[in-house]
Amino acid sequence: MTALTLSDLQAGYDPDLPIVKGVSFTVSKGEAVCILGPNGAGKSTMIKAIAGLVPCFGGQVQLGETEVTGMPSHLLARNGVGFVPQTENIFTRLSIIENLQIAAQLLPKPERPRRIEAMLDMFPDLAARPRELAGALSGGQRQMLAAARALLTEPEVLMLDEPSAGLSPKLVGQVFETLRRISDTGVTLVLVEQNVRAALALTHRALVLVDGKLAHDGPTDVLHDGRFLGELFLGHRAAEAGR
Amino acid sequence: MNPQAIIDGLIAGSTIGLGAIGLTLTYSILRFANFTHGDFLAWGAYLTLTVAGVLGGLAAGLGAPVYPFSFGWGLPLAVLGGVALTVALTLGLDRILFRKLRARGADTIIIVMASFGASMALRSLLEFIFTAKPVYFTNALQIAKPLGLGMRATPDQLMVIGLTALMVLGLHLLVTHSATGRAMRAVSENPGLAGVYGVDVAKVVRVTWIIGAGMACIAGVMAGLLVQIRPYMGFDLLLPLFAAAILGGIGSIPGAMLGGLIIGLSEAFAVQIIGAEWRAAISFVILVIVLMLRPQGLFGRKEA
Amino acid sequence: MELLAYAAFFLTIALTYAVICLGLNVQWGQTGLFNVGIAGFVGLGAYVSAALTTPDAAERIGGFDLHIALGWLAAMAAGAALALAVGLLTLRMRSDYLAITTFGIAVALQLVFQNTESLTGGAFGMAFIPRPFSGLQSEPFAFNVLNLALTALVVLVLYVLLEHLLRSPWGRALRAVREDEVAAQALGKNPVLLRIQAFALGGAIMALAGAVQAHFIGFIAPANYLPMMTFQVWAMLIVGGSGNNRGAILGAVLVWAIWALSGALISEIFPADQQARAASLQIVIIGVMLCAILLWRPQGILPEVRSVSRHLGHRNKDT
Repeated sequence: MTALTLSDLQAGYDPDLPIVKGVSFTVSKGEAVCILGPNGAGKSTMIKAIAGLVPCFGGQVQLGETEVTGMPSHLLARNGVGFVPQTENIFTRLSIIENLQIAAQLLPKPERPRRIEAMLDMFPDLAARPRELAGALSGGQRQMLAAARALLTEPEVLMLDEPSAGLSPKLVGQVFETLRRISDTGVTLVLVEQNVRAALALTHRALVLVDGKLAHDGPTDVLHDGRFLGELFLGHRAAEAGR
Repeated sequence: MNPQAIIDGLIAGSTIGLGAIGLTLTYSILRFANFTHGDFLAWGAYLTLTVAGVLGGLAAGLGAPVYPFSFGWGLPLAVLGGVALTVALTLGLDRILFRKLRARGADTIIIVMASFGASMALRSLLEFIFTAKPVYFTNALQIAKPLGLGMRATPDQLMVIGLTALMVLGLHLLVTHSATGRAMRAVSENPGLAGVYGVDVAKVVRVTWIIGAGMACIAGVMAGLLVQIRPYMGFDLLLPLFAAAILGGIGSIPGAMLGGLIIGLSEAFAVQIIGAEWRAAISFVILVIVLMLRPQGLFGRKEA
Repeated sequence: MELLAYAAFFLTIALTYAVICLGLNVQWGQTGLFNVGIAGFVGLGAYVSAALTTPDAAERIGGFDLHIALGWLAAMAAGAALALAVGLLTLRMRSDYLAITTFGIAVALQLVFQNTESLTGGAFGMAFIPRPFSGLQSEPFAFNVLNLALTALVVLVLYVLLEHLLRSPWGRALRAVREDEVAAQALGKNPVLLRIQAFALGGAIMALAGAVQAHFIGFIAPANYLPMMTFQVWAMLIVGGSGNNRGAILGAVLVWAIWALSGALISEIFPADQQARAASLQIVIIGVMLCAILLWRPQGILPEVRSVSRHLGHRNKDT
């Protein structure tokens, strides 16, 4: 069963200068995939294009069997895509509970309180003061709230854009522990990460994006070899410099 | 000093406050200073007047004043029609103009400019259709009743103040406690993220226009009932509306109302102290003071 | 001959609008500042110059009988000073606060023109403003042509100066700030200072236009400086092409022609008692035209040459 399929996707901010230059891959249901690559490779743009936040200029995005290319983000959310942006991923001027309540609107009314409770159980930090403004939370707690919000609606595909960015090593450990638990429940995970070591411990498969194109798609174990990774990143850069 | 200025100020402030609420909501959710908002007040008043005329033609009894007010059952009924038509006008304008500019990703200031052009066109269109001659909802005269402490007010005026208080309270509860209000606050903070949360931003934008247009229409009718209806009435209110919205803090409903009352009261006192011919300058003076001392307004957030 | 005299008259007025447009182009086209109080700046220039150059009048203060050129200079200084004050107040804040404040400036100045009778003559305005070449007033053709030449000279001098200025490092810094404030800041440019300078320069030019216009017509009144004027000037610049000085001049002449022709047409079609009402249709036409251009050809007739303006509707990048 495939959860997410990209076919020759091109996306970016200016149709004349696409940042994602034709990427194809398939993610199976329940799989955890990590997207790696040097800065500016287009990882973030690609994940935002899948989430409906960046325009697509060509190719296709499919969710299961349904084509969703260019669908507005709120409809994607309704169709089972959960997305956690890298920054500004919670509403700081709303309370913690209100953040969860907004997301819960996607569920049928009787289920809402139960799911909110479930999230507060899962993240005890948030349950302590649910009426507090989310802007008062610490960096790690914000990531928790962002993840809780995305998980609340039980999405089929959960995409996260650099969940470890800006966190202390201890918090990174916590965040990835949480992600592992999520993955174990059978949710399909798509992760953009700079923290290669942490990401590789979690995922079974890595996609390496270089200059808007897919440079590697395969199991993560080869990537544990630092030389291979360095070659992928640096080798391509060296080739670029020689051009 | 004449205490009557307090009543005069509260009455003018009610109109300004209601108008400013719509302005502050569109400002915080659509993220632009809408220069057509004043004209929505004027259009609301004229559209209501037109509906009232049609209703009066259908059933003559509707026009007869209902004690103690100066107007009959026809006016509240006509307001419903007027609100519906004003909402249609704003949604139509959004569809043919603002939404297209938003979809193109145009800069805020281009949208402000378009609203400025549309405002001129809308106002002049009113003047073309209805002429510049002032018109009135009713010809009935009302005697102001003493309220004590040297203040007097007509039943119409008291009704306006009461109705305004009710509407502001209702709207405030809606925004702070309902799912729609939550979604509005979310979109005003970050529209992109709201979409990711599953909020239909286009729908929130529509709701915002509907609330803003409804409030504008009612404020226009109030101004028309208490003073007169002119094509330029909305334009003359534009600066007080902006000043009230900024004074209260962009996005804050209680702030806009309080700002409106402060401006209404300041105007009323200024009229007594320095003369009626300077009335229109008061909002400007208040605006400048706010921008100098507290640009985020009374209830605003720092970064706004 | 009469027709030619009228043509010269028409063009002179159009060129005074071209001067305003050049001022607005510094503020908007080059810097991206939205001024909704143009009429206030133009009126200020007109009143300052008139107060200094008119002969002594019993009913009001002022009337210093100074030379016209001094009036022009004083008008520019006043326009720059007002723009400086507004700039210091609002240019640190979000862009539409400037729009609202300038809108308020125009309303407040309109009240000053109306109400301070001892300075401005109140609703009746000021008359006997000295006109250039006034010795020739009995010969309308020569008088109008000479005035046209003088106004054209003002436009030409401004055009050359502004083109020169915009190619200078200062002009490049201005556009850099408009295109990408953060990057410009990183290069050591002070965006707020640059904006204030540009706003003051534009304000001075607008006030100069007001003075030139007042001296050509010889008479001013508050009703000349209604928001209507602001709106016309905006339509001129947007139609002509914001960011392009030739576009500003072209737009001024073109929109003024549309305005004059539609006015003439309306007075032909509508009966005398309906003309005031029909005149409002002129404004509707210009308003719709402004919105249509913003929607379908935001760059105007003559687009900006050097670099594409980000204000003109390119999707903002947010990566």
